[in-house]
Amino acid sequence: MDVLLNNLDLFGPFFLRTIELFVLSAVGSLIWGTILAMLRVSPVPVFRAIGTAYVTIARNTPLTLVFAFFVFAYPLLDIVKVDYFPAAVIALTVYTSAFICEVVRSGINTVPVGQAEAGRALGLTFNQILGQVVLPQALRSVVPPLISTLIALLKNTTIAAGFSVAEAGAIRSYLSERGDNQLVGLLWVALGFIILVTVLSFVQRSLEKRWSVAR
Amino acid sequence: MRIRTLAVGLLVGGLTLTTMTACGKEGTPATPGSGDQSGTNAAALPTYPVATGVDLAGSPVFAKMKSAGALTVGAKDDQPGLGQKDPTTGKFGGFDIEIAKLVSAGLGFDPEKITFRTVDSGAREQTIANGDVNYYVGTYSITDKRKALVSFAGPYFVAGQDLLVRKDDTSITGKDALKGKKVCSVTGSTPIQKVRSDNLTEAGNIVEFQKYSQCVEKLLSKDIDAVTTDDAILKGYAAQDPDNLKVVGQTFSTEKYGIGLNKDDKVLRDKVNEILQKSLDDGTWDKIYAATLGKSGSPAKKPTLEKY
Repeated sequence: MDVLLNNLDLFGPFFLRTIELFVLSAVGSLIWGTILAMLRVSPVPVFRAIGTAYVTIARNTPLTLVFAFFVFAYPLLDIVKVDYFPAAVIALTVYTSAFICEVVRSGINTVPVGQAEAGRALGLTFNQILGQVVLPQALRSVVPPLISTLIALLKNTTIAAGFSVAEAGAIRSYLSERGDNQLVGLLWVALGFIILVTVLSFVQRSLEKRWSVAR
Repeated sequence: MRIRTLAVGLLVGGLTLTTMTACGKEGTPATPGSGDQSGTNAAALPTYPVATGVDLAGSPVFAKMKSAGALTVGAKDDQPGLGQKDPTTGKFGGFDIEIAKLVSAGLGFDPEKITFRTVDSGAREQTIANGDVNYYVGTYSITDKRKALVSFAGPYFVAGQDLLVRKDDTSITGKDALKGKKVCSVTGSTPIQKVRSDNLTEAGNIVEFQKYSQCVEKLLSKDIDAVTTDDAILKGYAAQDPDNLKVVGQTFSTEKYGIGLNKDDKVLRDKVNEILQKSLDDGTWDKIYAATLGKSGSPAKKPTLEKY
């Protein structure tokens, strides 16, 4: 308990930073991931190819490498200066959106083709079919894997500690320099993450309940 | 378009990594015939006579060393002049490494047979407590709080927090000139915690990476303005690249480097202190300093051992 109480100035702001990082990257990757999924099911071959290539590259690259690219390599290109926190959000978004894309795409595949055909028969455009018929049903059916991906994202945020973002993953190094017991500190960090994940699981359950549809 | 941008990006990323490695090698001039000692002139290094008949009754760590027949020593691998690993040969060299060898010889183990293990700052106490290393020599500051977790022999060196800046930068003259400047150090390290708690610069200007070499890289590419940590470490980097880097030279703390030992192993601690005291008295310490950190041009300050 002492380790936590003596270092509240660490745990408080650092976990807050973790939450900020998570929320921003989650929103970013949900949007970007859905767009990618739309690209992957679009009738235009070039779009499909772009979507597939993106997912292949982003999903197969270790996250640390994605971070290293945005923090160490990208600044050398001298395009737009990005600070370390936004860079972390970008890296997490780039990486996680590939997973979100695949989850959303699998949801799209659960919607029977007949519905899209019926929509087309009614004269709906591709965007209307996707946005108003297919995606709403697709997202409902993929709540559990979607939340799983977000939980993975939450835990992945700790990598940012190595790239100049003072978040929960950095607490251990601080404790070590202050001479506090790191194992106890890590247990508190673990507890913090369990609480955050519990919140996400709760969101999942309530969404599943609210969105459950009889098919 | 996106593929192409990514491809270009990855290519540039790859190139950077290559250049970074290349720079690291260029920066460590090896004396002809001593390619295995990174940043250290092997010719001038003293040799350490291996003691015989050493027996430390009542020291569990020594008993473990004895049964293993050789030592495992924790060190750092990215601090030029102190503890650095040569990327091509995999051998360690520097002031800390020589101290580790000196202690090994004093304990009766062949210094050439030491297995050096890289242990990052954050993992030191745990590694020592777990017994993964027999002792730890790597810019390990003696503090009261750490004394509750590990034991310290020494100090074998006294350093102080300082600033490393670009050679042409005259705006940073000391710790009070840091406002508005981006300052970098290793995640959670004492110097960066000091910068944070003393408000030496704004919170948004504090940059933390896993290794000092990443900070120095960022300093050279002008993304940050100063690297802060102990002057001994900074001098090592300045000596590697004297055309572009300089140490400000206004220390604002005192850091005593000790040898990290298992807590409560007083027998071993006393023996290590005895070995250190002997090297301070007979001039071995001076020879080690001259062959490693002394090459930066700054004079040696002999430490006074703190036995407890």
